[in-house]
Amino acid sequence: MAVTVVVLARNRNLFAVIVLSGLYSFLMATVLVALDAVDVAMTEASVGAGVSTVLLLGALHLCRSEEARPVHKAWLPLAISIACGVILVYGSLGLPAFSDPAAPIHTHVVPRYLNDGPKETGVPNVVTAVLASYRGYDTLGETTVVFTAGAGVVALLRRRRARKDAPK
Amino acid sequence: MKRDLVLRVVAKVFLPFILIFALYVQFHGDFGPGGGFQAGVIIAAAVIFYALIYGLSNARRVVPEALVESMMAAGVLIYAGVGVLGLLFGGNYLDYFVLDRNPVVGQHRGIFWVEVGVAITVSGVMLKIFYMFADRGRIDK
Amino acid sequence: MSVAGHFAYAVTIFLMIAGLFIVIARGNLIKKLVGLGIFQTSVYLLYIAPGKLIGGTAPIVSESFSVYSNPLPHVLILTAIVVGVATLALGLALVVRIREAYDSIEEDDILAADRAAGDAEL
Repeated sequence: MAVTVVVLARNRNLFAVIVLSGLYSFLMATVLVALDAVDVAMTEASVGAGVSTVLLLGALHLCRSEEARPVHKAWLPLAISIACGVILVYGSLGLPAFSDPAAPIHTHVVPRYLNDGPKETGVPNVVTAVLASYRGYDTLGETTVVFTAGAGVVALLRRRRARKDAPK
Repeated sequence: MKRDLVLRVVAKVFLPFILIFALYVQFHGDFGPGGGFQAGVIIAAAVIFYALIYGLSNARRVVPEALVESMMAAGVLIYAGVGVLGLLFGGNYLDYFVLDRNPVVGQHRGIFWVEVGVAITVSGVMLKIFYMFADRGRIDK
Repeated sequence: MSVAGHFAYAVTIFLMIAGLFIVIARGNLIKKLVGLGIFQTSVYLLYIAPGKLIGGTAPIVSESFSVYSNPLPHVLILTAIVVGVATLALGLALVVRIREAYDSIEEDDILAADRAAGDAEL
């Protein structure tokens, strides 16, 4: 995945960039399956490698351009990024090691979800039970966000009646 | 792409399976990976696939704009409606266990309708966005 | 504290700074949006990687398994993915409108056009 991202950053042909981003989403979905996140992997594969790529290609078709040669050398952004990376690595040393059963993430409220979830809701898939029942408000908000995004795109891209060129 | 025979035949063969898979993912989300979002995106992908092969005007005839726009809003209303039902039956907003005498069955019903609402909204929005992008770029067709 | 124990974080941080670099160093608007997407996916990894238990399985309760990976990050990230694609769609709609207004989607050209318009107004 790191190779994909580096090639993506350096490539100037936007079509290639979009295809590489689809490939990157697909690799991410595979990694997620290896991490036991099957629901998330399915969503990332369908949304990231599917819908995102379609929307990016549609926008590219409407914009019809290629990336121009960068005017300034990118040393300052590179230095800033690497500095941020170093700070983050220093911060991550304090985080629990990979797959540590005593980490706080596993001990607070999750045992209740795993033990009582199927009994209280009758649904063996704990992710769906938590998403739709225990944390149903969040899913309501998310559905509203999706609807708002659709309404926003409609408001931005709606054609005016008697004009053929870009409405102002 | 309208004239390429292989693409048309393959699309015709694949589309029912894609739609059935979307329904499977939706309703089997309780027992395996899946749920509303994935099913909604797969339905939208199936219609986009049809539009790519057969042309936008054909796709507009099969899934008209008015249907897509009402789908966008209907899903959110179904979700909020389940919450209001919880209120009407005496519990808090979005309480599922008051929906039936047996609380587990009530939870099942609540989760079912909520996931249906989510799938409808997600598929409607994805499709509407695709329609808007495709419409903007059309010179004349 | 071992190197292998923190490898997941190293990968996440590399992807994060790569996404950040693309957003701040490249001028093309569509490429910026793709870089933002890469940044978002690295955040998904940041949440899900600590939830995995070696020897566990996907959090679908069944008779044959006893150790499950943590389902709570999955729920949060599911929402995050869908919200991410919603913002991507809105961002792309904005890029299309910018292209129609300025006839270019390079950041330098747009800033130059704005500056020229500001000078012309004075």
